[in-house]
This record gives sequence, structure tokens and C-alpha cells, in this order.
Amino acid sequence: MLKASWKSFLARKLRLFMSAIAIVLGVGFVAGSLIFTDGLSRTFTGISEGGVGDVHVRPAGASGGEDSLVSATVPGSLLSQVRGLKGVAQADGNVMDFATFVIGENGKPIGGQGPPGIAVNYSDAPSMTGQRIFRLVDGRVPTKAGEVMLDTNTARRAGYSIGETVPFVVSVGDQPRQSGTLVGTMEFGQGGMAGASLVVLDTASAQRIFHGGKDVYNDLQLTAADGVSADELRATVAAALPSGYEAVTGAKVADETKGEFETMLSFINTFLLVFGGVSLFVGSFLIINTFSILVAQRSRELAMFRAIGAKRGQVTRSVLLEALVVGLIGATLGTFFGLVLAQGIKVLFKSFGLDMSGTPLTLSLRTALIAYAVGIIVTLIAAYLPARRAGQVAPVAAMRDDVAMAEGSLHGRVVVGAVVMALGALGMGLGLFTDVGERMWLIGAGIFGLVLGTAMTSPVVGRPFLAVLGAAYRRMFGSVGHMAAENSVRNPRRTAATASALMIGTTLVAMMAVIGASTTTSLDKQIKEQFAADYLVGNLVGTGFSPAITQQIAAVDGVDVVSPLRFAPVQIEGKRDYVTAIDPATFGRVTPVTMVEGRLTDLGTDEILVPDTKRSMAKVGATVPVTFGSKQIQAKVAGVYEENPSLSGYLFSTKTFDAAGLVPLDNRVFIVADEGADTAALKAGVEKVLEPLPTVTIKDQADFAEQQRGQIDQMLYMIYALLGLAVIIAVLGIINTLALSVIERTREIGLLRAVGLKRRQLSQMIRLESVAIALLGAVLGLGLGVACGIAVQRAMVDEGITELAIPWLGIIGAVVLAAVVGVLAAVWPARRGARLDVLEAIQTA
Amino acid sequence: MFRTQARHAAATGEGTGGARGATAGGGGGAAGDGTPSRAPAAYLSGVTKTYGLGETTVQALDDVSVEFAAGEFTAVMGPSGSGKSTLMHCAAGLDTVDSGGVWIGETDITRLKDNDLTELRRDRVGFVFQSFNLVTTLSARENILLPLDIAGRRPDPQWFESVVQATGLADRLGHRPAQLSGGQQQRVACARAMVSRPEIIFADEPTGNLDSLSGAEVLGFLRESVDQRGQTIVMVTHDPSAAGRTDRVLFLADGRIVDEMREPTAERVLERMKAFEG
Repeated sequence: MLKASWKSFLARKLRLFMSAIAIVLGVGFVAGSLIFTDGLSRTFTGISEGGVGDVHVRPAGASGGEDSLVSATVPGSLLSQVRGLKGVAQADGNVMDFATFVIGENGKPIGGQGPPGIAVNYSDAPSMTGQRIFRLVDGRVPTKAGEVMLDTNTARRAGYSIGETVPFVVSVGDQPRQSGTLVGTMEFGQGGMAGASLVVLDTASAQRIFHGGKDVYNDLQLTAADGVSADELRATVAAALPSGYEAVTGAKVADETKGEFETMLSFINTFLLVFGGVSLFVGSFLIINTFSILVAQRSRELAMFRAIGAKRGQVTRSVLLEALVVGLIGATLGTFFGLVLAQGIKVLFKSFGLDMSGTPLTLSLRTALIAYAVGIIVTLIAAYLPARRAGQVAPVAAMRDDVAMAEGSLHGRVVVGAVVMALGALGMGLGLFTDVGERMWLIGAGIFGLVLGTAMTSPVVGRPFLAVLGAAYRRMFGSVGHMAAENSVRNPRRTAATASALMIGTTLVAMMAVIGASTTTSLDKQIKEQFAADYLVGNLVGTGFSPAITQQIAAVDGVDVVSPLRFAPVQIEGKRDYVTAIDPATFGRVTPVTMVEGRLTDLGTDEILVPDTKRSMAKVGATVPVTFGSKQIQAKVAGVYEENPSLSGYLFSTKTFDAAGLVPLDNRVFIVADEGADTAALKAGVEKVLEPLPTVTIKDQADFAEQQRGQIDQMLYMIYALLGLAVIIAVLGIINTLALSVIERTREIGLLRAVGLKRRQLSQMIRLESVAIALLGAVLGLGLGVACGIAVQRAMVDEGITELAIPWLGIIGAVVLAAVVGVLAAVWPARRGARLDVLEAIQTA
Repeated sequence: MFRTQARHAAATGEGTGGARGATAGGGGGAAGDGTPSRAPAAYLSGVTKTYGLGETTVQALDDVSVEFAAGEFTAVMGPSGSGKSTLMHCAAGLDTVDSGGVWIGETDITRLKDNDLTELRRDRVGFVFQSFNLVTTLSARENILLPLDIAGRRPDPQWFESVVQATGLADRLGHRPAQLSGGQQQRVACARAMVSRPEIIFADEPTGNLDSLSGAEVLGFLRESVDQRGQTIVMVTHDPSAAGRTDRVLFLADGRIVDEMREPTAERVLERMKAFEG
């Protein structure tokens, strides 16, 4: 039996291989995302562990990572004190800044669109892993003012070589633009920097630029003497520290940093895994179809097996065995595809500024196991139904001349499908109209249920559509059209399964299109309503700049009001959250704020405004504990404002931020012009102020809207590109189904040709059948996608997608595209059918 | 209900010693090891089978009782729609009956569950199909051994040798079906039916797709296996000359056995058939 199924597999390898392509793509996505995120995680582990020493001394409550905006520092006196402690081999003070960007030769900043621009003072301290934190590659280390060292990658990207002057911008102080002579290049810790740039200065210069010349450090780094563990050292140091400072091991600091990186980038993993899932889901339809057709074609042989004594289970298992081989091959190729894909994502990320060239991508055992498990399990599940049907072939069929596979009634399937659909609709309804906790999950499950249910009931649901299309075909293409229409309804399951594969892809595309269009429209509307200012100064990632700049902007001719916006991470209600600080006096002039209670301009130091959505949790007059880094304040609720998509969460006064010890950094500045001011001159004036800050730009309302739209579009294009793969899998499905149908109908095609159907007419017939399948899939998918898109838009009104927009033009375009896809998918099967030798075809049993 | 093997025994020059008889009623040991037995290899008792529902109902078998003696070669004849194929399907356990009993040896197969029935077909029944039904991807040898392969049993080399010898295909065992003539393919199919030493072989118009020469070869092979190895064979056929090489011919019409002929010849069968139509 084993031999028989193996040989049967080899005889059908091309057809099976086509169904394996779907598995290859699906497994590829899963493996690729795992391989890539493994590499990413290794890169970040390298950065985290390569940049910290055995023990760090820092102001109590500070945490590792770039969110340490807290200006609390460690005085230089403490450094000499811990240096004398027992077990300390070496102690160094660190000065750090996370918003220092090198200006390249072309005048453009390096990075600034995500990964931080780091500035540090030089020290020869080793990291916790025992390696030097800075490994000198070329030249020497900076020793005096006016000297800088860069990491090799940044030096290369910026285009500087040793001896040249390197300009860079800093976010603190009133002199944002600095420069120094490049004296050396280095590599960081274990190599990878993930796209961050590194400017290394001598300690005195770093203290001058970042701490106003005071002898203070952001933290101290201690190296344990031989035979002293990090934990022992930490205990010794902690005992000797004055209050307000803490000693932590490097491992803890590294963990804190790594945790931040990981939450930041976990979305990449989710994103890729979702597409892997979609490919596999679509692919499973293709596998069901291919195996169903192959089983139907082999039914006589299978009946013979049953007649001469193969048990049902044996026949089923022999088909499953073929599926296992398909799954194995698919998983193997898919894993390799995943490696290639991960490499591709790495290149893509590099273009976004996240450089992982220091970390090779490797296939871990875990990834390989998951890839194989996913590939094989999905194939086996998909092949199970056809395999079971194979086992149910009546043995007596071996004795009959024309074996028709028992097409069981669609009844059960339609009922189950309808139930699944109803459950989906119920989930969606619950998510939309009730106030249960996990709304998006319910809606997501609802969409899945609707798609699956539609796929199951599509042999029935598609019937009226095919009937209408059939009538059109008959009218337009006469008898050829008639036959094509009949063929498309001849095997409703097969047509439906093939169309379903396409349907899933189009559903998702249509849904994303509706969500994208709605988001853009909502955003435009909000910007129109909320953007009361004339100009906005800032950049996409919200890199901070000195309030001194804001003051200079205020002095520009024609500027009436400037109002800054600051963001900072805090601990509030036991959660870490980003909160916003405003200038209460001017904010109302640049953004309309509707107050429910209290007055915006009354917001004082150590007071907060709460959004109306959180009103029940914090009443006016109550106090809310808020922790800024190491400092905790009791913030008094001064008022309640109406939350809107562009303004949400707790609002603080900028004075509160200053008092809490945060580095004063404006992230955005709104500008209102004098009435009748020369806007061109104003813009030019502000641009002049911003000259030393190439990462920060001035935008008017239109520019701002454009920028926001651009971000959404970029995201959408990426999603479309990935969903395009699901559509490609579906097209492969159509090709496969048609090709198998042609083989199945060899005799009939021969007969048609014998009675005078021309080759061209035959091709036309196959083409029309293909178009019917493609259109059915597209129409079902678009309908479902638009419905799901509307549901998601409704569900996200509170998140800011207030307007519904349906891109009708795109949808009509998609239908036309589906017809074209149908024509293209038919090319190969039609040629095959047309080439059949008439005489041979007729004689085929 | 006695018959003699004399004519064929004489023809092959080998006396089988003693009459192989079919006795009425059940009981007795199962045949299949080549030893003559007095028990029937299979019998049907009061079998009824209808197809379809309502007005399209077809009475394929109408209270049919018949037995197939061990070591006997029986032909089943009748016009299209007479129920001869249904008779064979039911006797072979390929199809279910509406009422009545079907025995293979001492087993009432109408009481068997699907798995037991499948095992019975695998181990005790052989099949030869009109359209050969060989697996195109397997060689002749692999096709012959397929039933043992399915059962997970090793072939008895001596038996395999003797079956292959008799088919005259010893030098073509490595060929695929497509490389064999129709007659050769059908002989492979016959060898496949015999390789597991079944108690009874059912053949469904084994010569229907063959030219007369190839058909004669196949019939010769079947005849020889009855004479030399005591094989029991039931064959459905349209062809009077094929029926003429059997020991006994059953004539069916409208789901009933209407006549039976012992020691048939092609001429007598043909005449009898004409009488049917007349």
C-alpha cells in the first residue's frame, strides 16, 4: 500500500507541487517572521548587554533605555566615593543623550526616523560580557573638546573620514548645533546597532553640552574586581550609597532596555505571522480542491483498492500519506523561502534605518520545528476531507464503466456554514453594539466566522450570481458561453472552493481599503477641525528640541502665538503611559478644547486635566499619584475636557514637567500667525530658526495632512503587497482547478472538437469558465470586505476613525482586475485543452 | 445436481480423481486450498435487491437462490438489465442486499460490518474486472502482489511462481501496464486475483475488452486454474463462446434465474440465448 501511494504520488507530482506552493508561501511567512525576529532579538540583546557594565549606580527610580528623560543625575563626587569601595576594579561616569543626530555631508541628518541618535562620553569600561563597550576600529579616542568619534556605520552613512569636521545637532541647551573633528571610528559592543547612530565625546565636552558644564553623570558604571560577582558588588555598593541613588546589576539594566525594544517591535512579528496565517488559510482551500479533484479522478482505482480488500482507513491513509509528502516538501521549501524572506525584510528595514547587518540571520531549531509542524498539520487537515471521501468510494464502483464520485448533498455543509456565518455575525454584532471588553477580538472573530461561513455556503450563495452571469454569457457568447456557464455550475463545490480562495484575499484587500479610506477621510476632517493653528513645528517621531528654539520662533515677525506640546512617559494608575504637557495659557488658541468642568487656562503646576472618558475614575478635586522617573507627585484633578481623536489622556502643564525634573524638551510647537501677516516671510523666518535642527520642520495644515496620509498610505501599500500574495495563491488555485478539469473532461473535449468546436472556441469556453470563477470570488470577497470594513470603521469611531469612506472606484477596478486575472489564469489550461488530439481524447477511457 | 469434470480433465490429460460435486445445502469445509470439497464455495439464499425509489424502482434481483460449487467454473448470462452484474456484486460482498443471505464458505456476509467484509474480500475473494483495473503506476509484479501488499503479508514464493508461470508473463513482470497488450494486462489482473489463494474468484466480463485471440488466452488461463488448482470461478459474460468453456451456465432474466445449463458448448449457449430473445 505504501509503495502504491508513493508511486501514485510520483505520477502526480506536478499537480501536487502546485498545491504545495501555497504551503511554501504560508510556511515561508511564518518561518521568515520567526527568523527575522530571532535576529532582531539577538541584535537587541547584543545592544543591551554590550552597553552595560557589571553594576550601575543611578538616581533611584530611573530605568534603562532611551526613555530616561529624567534630568536627575549622579554627582561627580559620588564617582570618587564608589571608586574606593571594596571589590570595585574600575568605576566610570556615563553621560548620555538619546537625541543627538549627525548631519551628513549632504546636510541631511543621519537617522532620526525611529532608531535613536545616541551621544556618550568615552570610557574604556568593559561591558558585563567582558568585552570593551567601544572597540576602536580606526584612529584614536577623543580626549579633548572639539574631537568626536563615530561608529563606523554612521561615519560611512554620513560620508566622513578621519580629520574631517562632523556637525551634529543636540536637543538640549541653547546651542543645538555642535561640531567636532573626527579622530576615530569604533564598533559598539557586539557589533549591531540596529540603525542607531553613536557620537562619542570626551567626558568634559559631554558634560558641557548635555549638563551645562556641571560635574554630573547620568549614571555610574562599575566593574567588579576578579572573583567578585555582580550581585556581590551591587550589595556592597548599595550599602554605601546615600539615599536617592540605587545600585543595580547590568543584567537588570539590560533586561529593562531589552523589554522596551521588544514591545516596540513585537508588532513586526504579529504583522508577519498574520500574513503567514492568511496564506495558509487560503492555501488550505487550494489543497482541499486539488486533493478532491485528484481523488475524484482516481475514484475507479480507489474503488478497485477497496474491492480487492483495502480497508476504508487504508485508502484514506494512502491519500493522507500523499498529503504528508506534499506538506513535507512545502515545509522544506517554505523554510528556505522564509530564510530568503527574512533576508529581504532585513534589507527593507535597513532602508527604514534599522540596520541589522551586524547580526547574521540563522534558522533555529525551534523555527524549523514550528515551520514543519505548521506546514504538515495544515496540509493534513486540508487533505483530510478529500481523503475521507476517498475511503468512502463504494467498492462496487470498480465494476462500473463511468464512475461518478458521490457528490453528497450540500445540505449539511450549507447548514454548518450558515451556523458559522450566524456566529460570525453575532460576534460582530456583540463587538459593535454592546459594551463587552474585547471588542476588536470579537469583531475579528466575527470577520473570520463570516469569511469561513461564506466559503462553506458559497456553492449555494454563489448560485444566483452564476445564474445571472450564465445568462449574460449566453447572450454575449452564444453556445460557447452557454457551455462555459454550465461547466461553472457543474461541480458547485469545486467552483466554490476555488472562488473562496480568491474571496479571502479580496475580502481582506477590500476591508483594508475601506479602513484606509475611512482613516484618511477622518484624519482630514479632524485636521480641518482641530488644526486651529497656522503652522506646526516638529517631526514625525516627535524628536524633542530645546524650548530656546520655541522662544526664537515666537520672536519671528508675524508670529502671534506659539504653544508647545511635550510628551513624557510616566507611571500613572500603576501603568506606564505617555502623557502630554501643554501651555495652559496658549493651548486654547491653537487647538479647540471643549471643557466639561473647570477652565483650561486655570491648569496649574501639579494639576491635571482628565478626559471625559475617565471622569468616573478621577473626580475634580481628587488627587492622582503620578511618577516621573524617580519623582512622584500627587496631581490634583483641575478639570475635565472632552476627549477627541487628536487630544486624549491626562493633560499636564509644561510647568509640572519642569518641576518634576524632566529635561525641558518641546516635541511640537503650534504657531498662530498675526492677522494679515506675510505667511511666506513667516515660514522663511521660522525655517531660519530651525536651520540648525534638520530633523525638525515647519508644516502648514496641508503639509501636515499630507504627511499623515503618507504614513497611512505607506502602511496600506505594505499590507496590499502582502495580501497580493494571498491573491497569487488563489490564482494558482484557479489554474490548478482548470487544468485538472481539462484533464478530467478530456473525452468530452475530444467529443466537442470532433463535432466541430474550433480550438479558439474551446479556449474561449475555458477562459469564460475561469472568468466566472474569478468574478464569483471577487464579488463575494468585495461584498464581504466592504461589510467587514464598515464594521471595523464603526468599531473604531472612538479611536478616531469617525468617517466612513468606501473607495468605489477601487472596488470597480478590483472587479475588472478579477476578470483579467480570470483570463490570465485560463491561458495555460486553455492551451492544454486546445492542444488535445481529438482522436486520442475520444478514446480515453 | 451432479456433474462431471471428465471432459475437461480428459482435455488437459490430468485426471483429478473423484467427482467434485456440489451438494445441496450449506455446511462442510471451505475450499480454496485446491483440495476438492463437497461444500459450495458460496451460495445465495432468497436474495432481493431493488434500486431507486418510487416509480423508477428497478427490481435487480428477485428472490434469487443459487450456489456455486467449490472447484467449479460458473458463467452467469443474461440480457442487459437482467441482474447478472448485481448478482455478482452481491455474491462478492461489493454491494448490499435488501433481504436474503449470502454465504462465502460458512460466513454469512450480509451480517458483516464493513471492515470484516473488506477483510473477507481481501483474504477469501478474488476479482477480475472487465477493464482490467490495474494500477498504471505499478509494474506487473507490483500489481499482482497488491492484495498481499494491502494485507501486509509476504507472498508465498512457490505459489507466486506457479501463478506467474501459468500466466506466461514471467519475462514481463517488470513492465508497466501501458507496456503490455490487453490480453497480457488481463492475465496480470487474473494473477492478482489468484495470488492470495482466494476461495472464489468473481470475474466481470473478463474478455469484454479483448479481441477473440486474447480473450481465448485469458479463458484458457482461467480454465486451467480451475482444472489444475481447483479454483472456484464465477464469471459474468455476454459471450457464448466464453460461456462454452465453463462447467455450468446460469441464465438470468428480470432478476430471476430462468435456466441452467451443464457442460455447455458455445453452440448450445447461443441457441439458448436466441430462445430468450425469441
